[in-house]
Amino acid sequence: MADIVLDKVSKRFPDGTVAVQDIDLEIADGEFVILVGPSGCGKSTTLNMIAGLEDISDGELRIGGQRVNDKAPRDRDIAMVFQSYALYPNMTVRENMAFPLKLAKLDKETINSKVEEAAKVLELTPLLDRRPANLSGGQRQRVAMGRAIVRQPKAFLMDEPLSNLDAKLRVQMRTVVSRLQKQLGTTTVYVTHDQTEAMTLGDRVVIMRGGAIQQVGPPQELYEHPRNLFVAGFIGSPSMNFLHAAVDDGKLRTAIGDVPIGERIRRELTANDAPRELILGIRPEHFEDAELVDDETRRRGLEFSAPVDIVESMGSDKYVYFTVEGERASAAELEELAADAGADFSGGGASLVTRLSAESAVREGEDRRVWFNLEKIHLFDPSTGRNLTLHEGRSSGALAD
Amino acid sequence: MAETTTRAKLRWGLLDVIVVVFALVPVLWIASLSFKTPATITDGRFWPREWTLENYKTIFATDQFVRALVNSIGIALIATLIAVVLGAMAAYAISRLDFPGKKLLVGVSLLIAMFPQVSLVSPLFEIERQLGLFDTWPGLILPYITFALPLAIYTLSAFFKQIPWDLEKAAKMDGATQGQAFRRVIAPLAAPGLFTTAILVFIFCWNDFLFAITLTSTERARTVPVALSFFTGESQFEDPTGAICAAAVVITVPIILFVLFFQRRIVSGLTSGAVKG
Repeated sequence: MADIVLDKVSKRFPDGTVAVQDIDLEIADGEFVILVGPSGCGKSTTLNMIAGLEDISDGELRIGGQRVNDKAPRDRDIAMVFQSYALYPNMTVRENMAFPLKLAKLDKETINSKVEEAAKVLELTPLLDRRPANLSGGQRQRVAMGRAIVRQPKAFLMDEPLSNLDAKLRVQMRTVVSRLQKQLGTTTVYVTHDQTEAMTLGDRVVIMRGGAIQQVGPPQELYEHPRNLFVAGFIGSPSMNFLHAAVDDGKLRTAIGDVPIGERIRRELTANDAPRELILGIRPEHFEDAELVDDETRRRGLEFSAPVDIVESMGSDKYVYFTVEGERASAAELEELAADAGADFSGGGASLVTRLSAESAVREGEDRRVWFNLEKIHLFDPSTGRNLTLHEGRSSGALAD
Repeated sequence: MAETTTRAKLRWGLLDVIVVVFALVPVLWIASLSFKTPATITDGRFWPREWTLENYKTIFATDQFVRALVNSIGIALIATLIAVVLGAMAAYAISRLDFPGKKLLVGVSLLIAMFPQVSLVSPLFEIERQLGLFDTWPGLILPYITFALPLAIYTLSAFFKQIPWDLEKAAKMDGATQGQAFRRVIAPLAAPGLFTTAILVFIFCWNDFLFAITLTSTERARTVPVALSFFTGESQFEDPTGAICAAAVVITVPIILFVLFFQRRIVSGLTSGAVKG
C-alpha cells in the first residue's frame, strides 16, 4: 500500500495535443479517489500515466515516495481493472486470476490459496474452472476485479469498471466495489464519467475538464460548494438550474423575480471589471411549493409564480418542471456540459427543474407559486465561470455579508 | 416451409457433390493409375483390374525420390517456420504501432508478392551462383521466405488486429514484460492465424516448381516437384507414368496430413469472452 503523488504532471501527444496539463494531486494511502469528467477531459490519460501505460511528458509521479516516471507498469506494483474487463479468453477464471501470481513466480500452493481466497471474497468459487466466454457480464467484471486484488498490489486503478453493466447490476456492483475497497484498505484511483458513481463511491472526487483539475474534495463539499460553473453543473442529478441574471440597481433581475444581494457580493460587483451579467444557479431541492412553506422558512427565500410544464412523481418527492420566461443563461461551460449529456437546447424560454415534496398538490398545466431558498443560491461569472458566492471555500448564498 | 427447405437442401447437396467430384476426380484418377500395372495403365478404366504396389516400390527403391522428399520436407518446414516467426513479429508491429512509413512498408511487401517470379529467376540464378548458394537448401529457403513473407504479414496482421489491445495492457499491468505479454497472451490467441498462415506458406513452398528447377542442379537440394519431372523409366523407351503417379500420391500425403493436423487447431471464436463485445 502506498500514497500516489502527481506533481505538475502533463501529457502531450506527438501531434501536439495536450491531454493533461500540470496536474497536482496527492492521494493518501488507503484513499479512494474518483477522477470524473466528461469524455475527453483527460481522466483516462491520467490513469494510464499512473499505470505506466502512457509516458509522462512533464512532471513527476511518485508512488510510495518513489519516483516511478520511467518505471514499466510491471515494476510499479499496481493493478488495473479495465472497462472492457480484458480477461484472457484462452484461460479459465482460475488461470486468469493466477496469471499475475505466476508472472511473479510464486509457488503453486501460494498461488492456489491466494486465488481461492480472492474467489471467495468475490463469490467466484463455483466459476473457477469456466472460461470467460461462458460468464455473464457481472461475473466477468468480478473476475477482472479478482485478478486485480489477488496479488495485493500497492494500488488499484479502475477505468470505468462498471460502465458496461446494466443499470441494476451497476448499482449492486457499486456497493461491492465500495465494500471491497474498505475491506482491503488499498489506495484506489477510479475513473468514471458517471457523476452518481463519483458521488457515491469516493472519499474524494477530482473533477476534470479539458486536461485540468477543476476542483478536488469530498463529494458533499463539491455538491454544496462548487468552485465554478462547470463543477456546479456536472455534479448533481437532476443538475443545477442556471438562469440569466442582470445586475441592476443592487439587485439581480432574473426570470424568477428580483433577487437581492448581500454586502459581499455587492463589493465584488463594484470592481471595475465586474461583470454586469451573472448566472444564477440553484439546485432543484432548494425550491418548494409555496403552500407547504412555514413563515419562518418563507423569510429566508423568495416566491414566484410560473406555469407547470411536467410533473414527475417519484414517490418520495415530485420533480416539477416549470417554464420560465426570460433570457437563457449562456456560458462555454454550460454548452460543454449539455453537449456531454447529449442534450440539445430546445427553443423558447428556460426550463426550471424543481424537487417539491410529495404532499404538493401541483398539477400539470396550472400556474403554481413556488418558494426558493436565497441562502442556497450560487452566482457565477459567465466569462470565467467562477463562483462569486464562494468565500473561503464555502458558499453562503446571495445575501451573505 | 418444410418443403422448400428440403428442396433447398437437395439443391445445395447436389451442387456440393458436383463441386467435390469435379475437384477430386483427377486426384482419384492419379491414385488409380498409381496402382495399375504397366500393361493396364492405358486401359482407361477408373477401377484398376489388376492391383499392384510395384510403382511405389520403384520410387522408394531409387535414392533419387527419397532424397528429393527429404529435401522438400526440410526446405518447406524451415522456410515456413522462419516466415511465420518473422511474419508474426512484423505483423504484430504493423497492427500495434503507428510508425512513419507503415503504409509504405505494407505496400512494398504486397508489391513483392505480386512481382512475377519468372522475371526474377534469371537474376537469382546468377546471384546464387556468385554467392555459392546455388543448389543448396538455403538457396531455396531464402527466395521462399521472400515470397512467403508478404503473405504471412498480411494474413497475420489481420488476425492481430482482431485481438483487443486491452489484453496486452492487462498483461503488462499483471506484471508481464512485452515479450511475456506476446508469448503468453497474444500468441495463443493468434494461434488460429499462425496455423492458417503456416499452412498457406507450407503449401506455397511445397508446390513450387519454378525456383526449384532453376536454382538446383543435383540431388543436393532438388525438391520433389522437380525430381518428378526427371523421372525416367528403366529404359529410355519406357514411360514411367505409373511411377510418376505413385510419387504424386506420395507428395500429396504430407500436405493432407499437415492441413488435417493444424485444422483441428483452427478454432474460430477463440477470443470471445475477452472483452465485453
